[in-house]
Order: sequence, then structure tokens, then C-alpha cells
Amino acid sequence: MDEKLRDRLVELLRRASTDLPADVEAALVKARASEEPGSSSRGIFDNILLNVELARKASTPICQDTGSILFEVRIPRGFDDRVMREALLAAATTATKSYYLRPNAVDSLTGKNSGSNVGIHSPVVHLETWDDDSVQVRVLLKGGGSENVSTQFRLPDSSLQAGRDLKGVRKLVLKAVYDAQGKGCSPGVIGVAIGGDRMSGYQFAKEQLFRKIGQRSDNPDVAKLETELVTDLNTLGIGPMGLGGKTTVLDVFIGAQHRHPATYFVTVAYMCWACRRRTMTIRKDEVTYD
Amino acid sequence: MIELTTPISEEQVRGLKLGDIVHISGIVVTARDAGHKLMVEERPTFLDELLRGGVIYHCGPVVRKDDGKWSFVAAGPTTSAREEPYQAKVIESYGLRAVIGKGGMGAKTLEGCKKFGAVYLSAIGGCGTQIARAVTEVLAVHKLEEFGTPEAFWVCKVDKFPVVVTMDAHGNSLHDQIDSASKKQFEALLAR
Repeated sequence: MDEKLRDRLVELLRRASTDLPADVEAALVKARASEEPGSSSRGIFDNILLNVELARKASTPICQDTGSILFEVRIPRGFDDRVMREALLAAATTATKSYYLRPNAVDSLTGKNSGSNVGIHSPVVHLETWDDDSVQVRVLLKGGGSENVSTQFRLPDSSLQAGRDLKGVRKLVLKAVYDAQGKGCSPGVIGVAIGGDRMSGYQFAKEQLFRKIGQRSDNPDVAKLETELVTDLNTLGIGPMGLGGKTTVLDVFIGAQHRHPATYFVTVAYMCWACRRRTMTIRKDEVTYD
Repeated sequence: MIELTTPISEEQVRGLKLGDIVHISGIVVTARDAGHKLMVEERPTFLDELLRGGVIYHCGPVVRKDDGKWSFVAAGPTTSAREEPYQAKVIESYGLRAVIGKGGMGAKTLEGCKKFGAVYLSAIGGCGTQIARAVTEVLAVHKLEEFGTPEAFWVCKVDKFPVVVTMDAHGNSLHDQIDSASKKQFEALLAR
């Protein structure tokens, strides 16, 4: 066991669970300002921001649902991936014992909670070798409520008169957010994958959630759609926690990937306002967190 | 702002209306999916006294144990819709007066609230650390071994737990109102 690596990963998980990224917090501050003084929606944002501050100071979870753990790992050539996998599982166990994480791995057949967040495909680990000489570990803690309202569509969709183009994609994203109402803990951060297969659709939609608030797609047409969707979705009036208000989403991030000619999946990964993602980089044994 | 202390009377809940901000003090019991299934299918009696005029909280907390004593670390609400098949029955059979959760519940629960005199109260999802501070003491836990930490029945003492009435005891639901207003706008956006 590489104990140093494990401890660095525990710190990554601690930060992810207890310290909301600055860009997400800034978006919540902006959302608060857009609500009328004295309105209940403004009151909800006041509480959300207070909770974020309390959690950071006390180093306790922002939300008790510390989510499913998704690790996206990149290692340099020659780095033993088994060392990394062992350290990731040990870090999840330690972070659970330290109350940074709730035990969230339940045996689907017996209903028994493993107590450590470790189980079959838990945490989810995606690991690849890259050309850089640094180690990069990104983590996303995604709650069950937001996962339950995430969804996958096929185009064309006759009920929405949606075809296989960006106009069709737009309609499906509108539908996913309308259907979710407040159940995914709005205002949400919306990750969208166009194309891929059923599996890569969800994976790529979640990948979008690592983008920082305001970071637009490199593709100008997609970037335009992202901006339009943010504006349109925020006219739905669903508001924070679905109790009404002007901010229903904090941002929309769309990625496109190749698809089979016969399929056109649009996958929507709904992330709650507590968009808990963190990145750790180890370069020449120096660790940094973002 | 309205202060309510458990046990709560039918008259008190009948007097609440949508949008009222309420501070709950006294005893609340957490229950989620496994708990609701058990309450309906096996009707255990160990909760009777706690739930008559009482409050169920849809929550799976992060809990710590120091020197044998439990305390809540993070304890925000979980999505209530999953308990929709069970909630009205639980309200009826245990004599509940309030259910706290997030996201709202459906027609069956709304009807149960009206018929038996109960309300649905929304807490703010994600506010785990903040709400844990309103829990002053963990009095007991039931089914911990069998259900695990998130699903167990945690009996806790709360002081001024802040919530808002989003389904009243007269058949009104703020969730339904928001859903229909947003549906109109959704349809307008589709047509654009």
C-alpha cells in the first residue's frame, strides 16, 4: 500500500465533500442576487450559501448524500495502475471512517451496506495512461437524487417532434430539466452527451460536469446552444429545490461524440447544486488540488 | 414564522398553509425506503409512541459515534417521491402529523394529508451540515444493523428545524402548482 498516495486521495475526497468549488459557489451567489429580496427563493439561496460556509469551516459534508464516487484517473507511462487502484479503495474506506463520506455502497441482492463505500464497481474507477509525467485524479461525488433524474433519450422523438439535430437535442434537454422539477436538487448543473452508445453516453455526459461554470464548448454551434439553454431553462420557474424562482440551472455543458449510424442518443446527467468535483495533480512528488 | 413542538395536534396542522415557514422542535424520526416498506408490510409497534402526532423525516444522515454516543454530522433531506407508494398508509396507521423531505410527493400522499390531517414540509436539499446542527441529540436508533446507516430509523431531538409547508392538509400542493406553471412554459419553449 502506498500510504502517502492514499492520504493524498483522502484529502482529495475531503475537499470534494466539504469544500464546494469556488466557481460553483460564485454561480450560487449570482443566482441569489437574481431573486427578489424577501422572496422564499432568495431565502433558500441564503441557506444554501450559509451551509456551504459552515461545511467548509467545520470540514463536514456539504450534503449528507456524499454520492457515488467517480474517479477519473490519468497516470504516466510506467506507473503501476494496481498501486493506484489499491490506494483509491483504501482512501474511500478511510474517508468514510473519517465521516467525510456516508457509506453508500449497498449490496443490491441482500440490501447490506458494505460500510466503506467499497463494493462491486464502487467506487467507479476509470483509469488511463497519458503522455504527461504527472498523475491526475479527478473525483465527482454525485448524489442519488440527481442520479435518479438523469436520463437517456433516443432521437428522433415523435412526441416532441425532435429530429436528429441540435434543435432536437435542445428539446430533449428542456424535457429532462422540466421532468426533473426540483427532485435533483435544483438549480442543477446539466451535463449532456450527444451520440455515443448507451454506456459512453452516460460516461461522456458526466465528463462534462468537470467543466467549470461558464466554460463554453469549443464548437461555436454547441456553445451557442449551451448559452441559449441556460437562458431558456431559467424561464421555467422551477427555481431552487423546485419551490419556484428564477434560477433552475447553473449551467449546461454539452459534448458530442461519434455514434453508430442507426443510433442517436442524447444523455443528460443532472448534477445537483452541490456540484462536488475536485482535481488532484501530483507532479515531481508535489501535490496540488483544484 | 410558526413554531411547532411535537406531538402536534390535528388543529395545528389544519391551520398551516402553503408557503408558511415552520420551525419544528421536539422529536423527529428518520425513515427512508427500507423503513417505509417495513412500516407498511410489517407494521412494527416500536414506533407507535414516537409517531402518534409525530414527524417522519426523509433523511439518511452521516452519523458519528464518540464514546458510545451518536451525533449527526450531516443530515439534509432525501428525495421524498420514493416513499409515495407507502406514505399515505403510514400517515394513517401511525397517526403522523408531518412528513419532512424534499422534492414533494404525489396525489396519494396529498389525499392522505387531507383525509387524516397531516402536512408535507420541505427542508432544503443539500444543506447537510446546517440541518445537522438543529439536531441536538440522537436518542435512539432502530434497525441499524439490518438497514445500514442511511436507512435506519434515527430518533432525534431537534431544536427549531427550519422547513416550509409545501403540501397542506386541505389538498393544496406547491409542487403541483410549480409543475403546471413550468409545464406551460416548457410547451412554449418547445414550440419556439
